[in-house]
Amino acid sequence: MEDFSLRHDARQPAGGARKMAIVGVVASGNLEVLVERVVPERECLVEIRTTAEGFGAVWNAVVADFVDRYSPGGLKFSINDGGARPDTVSLRLAQAVRLMEVEQ
Amino acid sequence: MATWQLEREARDARVQAGSAVAKGKIVEARDATRLLEAIVRPGDRVCLEGDNQKQADLLSAALLSVDVAKVNNLHMVQSGVVLPEHLDVFERGVAKKLDFAYSGPQSARIATMLFGGKIELGAVHTYLELFARYFIDLTPNVALVAAVSADRDGNLYTGPNTEDTPTVVEATAFKDGVVVAQVNQIVDKVPRVDIPADRVHFIVEADKRFFVEPLFTRDPAAITEGQILTAMLAIKGIYGPYGVQRLNHGIGFSTAAIELLLPTYGEKLGLKGKVATHFALNPHPALIPAIESGWVKQIHSFGSEVGMENYIRARSDIYFTGADGSLRSNRAYCQTAGLYACDMFIGSTLQIDLQGNSSTVTTSRIAGFGGAPNMGADARGRRHPSEPWLKAGQEADPDGHVLLRRGRKLVVQIGETFGDKNVPLFVEKLDALELAEKLNLDLAPVMIYGDDVTHIVTEEGIANLLLCRSSDEREQAIRGIAGYTDVGRGRDLGQVQRLRERGVIRRPEDLGINPLDADRSILAARSIKDIVHWSGGLYEPPSKFRNW
Amino acid sequence: MSTTSMQAAIAPAALTSWYEASARTRVRLLLDPESFMEFVGPEKREVSPHLKVFDLPEQFDDGILVGHGSLGGSSVLIAAQEGSFMGGAFGEVHGAKLTGLLRAARDIGSMPVLILFDTGGVRLQEANAGELAIAEIMRAVIEARSAGAKVIGLIGGRAGCYGGGGLIAGCCSALAVSEQGRIAVSGPEVIETNRGVEEFDSRDRALVWRTMGGKHRRLLGAADAFVDDTIQAFRDAALVLLEQVGGFELSTLTNEQVRLEARLRDFGSCADAVDIWTAEGVADAGAVPALPVNQFIAVADHVRRISHDTR
Repeated sequence: MEDFSLRHDARQPAGGARKMAIVGVVASGNLEVLVERVVPERECLVEIRTTAEGFGAVWNAVVADFVDRYSPGGLKFSINDGGARPDTVSLRLAQAVRLMEVEQ
Repeated sequence: MATWQLEREARDARVQAGSAVAKGKIVEARDATRLLEAIVRPGDRVCLEGDNQKQADLLSAALLSVDVAKVNNLHMVQSGVVLPEHLDVFERGVAKKLDFAYSGPQSARIATMLFGGKIELGAVHTYLELFARYFIDLTPNVALVAAVSADRDGNLYTGPNTEDTPTVVEATAFKDGVVVAQVNQIVDKVPRVDIPADRVHFIVEADKRFFVEPLFTRDPAAITEGQILTAMLAIKGIYGPYGVQRLNHGIGFSTAAIELLLPTYGEKLGLKGKVATHFALNPHPALIPAIESGWVKQIHSFGSEVGMENYIRARSDIYFTGADGSLRSNRAYCQTAGLYACDMFIGSTLQIDLQGNSSTVTTSRIAGFGGAPNMGADARGRRHPSEPWLKAGQEADPDGHVLLRRGRKLVVQIGETFGDKNVPLFVEKLDALELAEKLNLDLAPVMIYGDDVTHIVTEEGIANLLLCRSSDEREQAIRGIAGYTDVGRGRDLGQVQRLRERGVIRRPEDLGINPLDADRSILAARSIKDIVHWSGGLYEPPSKFRNW
Repeated sequence: MSTTSMQAAIAPAALTSWYEASARTRVRLLLDPESFMEFVGPEKREVSPHLKVFDLPEQFDDGILVGHGSLGGSSVLIAAQEGSFMGGAFGEVHGAKLTGLLRAARDIGSMPVLILFDTGGVRLQEANAGELAIAEIMRAVIEARSAGAKVIGLIGGRAGCYGGGGLIAGCCSALAVSEQGRIAVSGPEVIETNRGVEEFDSRDRALVWRTMGGKHRRLLGAADAFVDDTIQAFRDAALVLLEQVGGFELSTLTNEQVRLEARLRDFGSCADAVDIWTAEGVADAGAVPALPVNQFIAVADHVRRISHDTR
């Protein structure tokens, strides 16, 4: 297992008012993303715990693109990863942001 | 005086020798090896019918058991190297040289034997190419084929898996060769005559049915969201805009997803009747929902598929069937159809390089080509116009003279940027090149050449290579849809952005597709059982695909 | 058939496959809209204390969610296992969450419990804790029922309901199962490993399903309701079972004993599920696996009416 966290500045706060959401499951090639509105609204924090070691550069690229595209300010993403492919990671992150925008 | 009928005399002598173990044309299964020892000569070219699906397994075993002092150094000329026996004959010294097209399950062993010098390789062909050579310089002396039944005269009924048999028999029987058929049973009257008796010299009644592999069944339960997204991109970004009606699909999960999205997503886009109406295609179970929803008008098939027999019989408006009602497939005709009469091929591959060359070869596996290169190649001899063909030609050469400009077949590679076990689809250098260097081949085994590929579809978007004007643009277009692979991360961001503005690269959002909508709930069938229901119970899947 | 995404937006529960849905989706669509309130949710990060030792990934809810919600306007307690995380297997935290829920049901006394099983049994990496959890849960089910709570099991997930899950299911007031649901203690591979392929060929998928699958469990009377593979169908079945299930008395257990003895007497010599169905009076037993849901329910209701005085 490998742990690391990535902190980014965000252009603007994420939409919606929901405090917490979770998507995905931890399985081979899949991951869960727990998202919480707990950091300053111009920041974004992604904490990753993954079974696939040595992919730090790819995680960096995926998360940087994600933050650039969705500007999820104020959100902390906690990821348990079962070795998902980068496109699956992007998809789950996008799903997590969308869930936070849904009225509850 | 010159003698001009030596081959005929030799053939008659072989048949005469074989008759010693036959009653009429009929040979007992236990005498099959003796028959082969009588009719096969050292150094003969032999076609041991190994097709994509159907296997003359009894005759394979019989050939493997011959006395090597009598039968040796054979030159095997067969499309499929599928059974272990197909390679065992080389280990034993029965055979020496090999010309083939496809080696699916034996791909690792064939590579090892080539490296070890156990096999002298002629060439790896496409199906159509090998069939063509049967009539020029690889004509078999002996053909060992498989059929469902024979009558006592030797008329053969091949059943739905006719596949290569007519081509092999044509080349052999009409050039003074000997044809031996293994059949599941001998009957008084065959349901239909696929091969006339005067082309068949011996019949062996097998003790069990010949082996057929269900190669074209894809369980919808295994289709992923990523594959659904690529399928949505292909339908909305290629099928629709080009109006592709005549096409061939590969056997991967992305194309299975396309088949299962036609009646749902395709319907919503208003494409019914406008695309995907005529196919050169094996009877894919995944296409049943589209057929039942009225999308498909006609399908011609290379072979058949296990479990589809009753469905095909009941849907003769769609499939080609014989007087007996069962499917008539024919690989040579269907390959020709795919090459000349289809406007699009769409399929997946294992590796794509920076110019769009693709290959399914890895350094330890030589899977052969099968039919994909014929499907996935522009037919330079094509002369009839069609809308998608002309539109693709116009995109490739917008300044050319309208009446002199060639059209282009759409050759689409579809896949996810990372495949099985997170192996990247895009590479700087194909493994096929490394293999060619290691084996000293004159030609690297490239499945589809980059200059034939028109589009590449991944979950990141579509690259339209027809619109690229330089090899540098091509490379950036490919990098621009290669996701987070090393190739993808090596892109020039500015150039990719400009290609996107020109429509060379189209992202899901450019096509109005939200990746979050790529959900399994939009598949017309999500399980094999769903497909069975769509078929009204006519489709009978093999046990390994059941979960009920 | 006309399942489309467009319709999915209108009536999700009716068009969402139970088999394919995650535990969270099942709970969300099974209960009345927006009524679910989770206990010890993922944000609490109550993960397994054992998986780290094996360098295995954790899941924030340890593969089960428990909570409270309403079903048809009435309050229910609910637990759902996530079959995709470690096969839905019971570990220490996973088990404790279900035990706690059932004890709450015992203390309240009148609020029913829905258990959405999806499990291969006990998690190997925390086997002792898992086995203890199974025992605690079985006791807690019985205590909850004794206190007046109905405990309904819903089974139709990818992992089936195996091992300790099969034992717990046997303690419930009633079970609803779909064709995809399998209920047993020993799984196909376990039987084959211990007794040989002649006894049970785990790769014969048709054999696995007709021996352990939902249709067989319904025809045997082990499951009280057979439903289509949609969340709506499970919701409807849960509502009906909550209406029908009787109280939990000594007579319930003695009736159950009589039922089980009769089952052994009538079918003990059958070698295959098809023989049992034939013995039960199913006209064309061989055709049962292929029967569509509605036709099967008609056949099942004809040959075996469920009496709710047992369990």
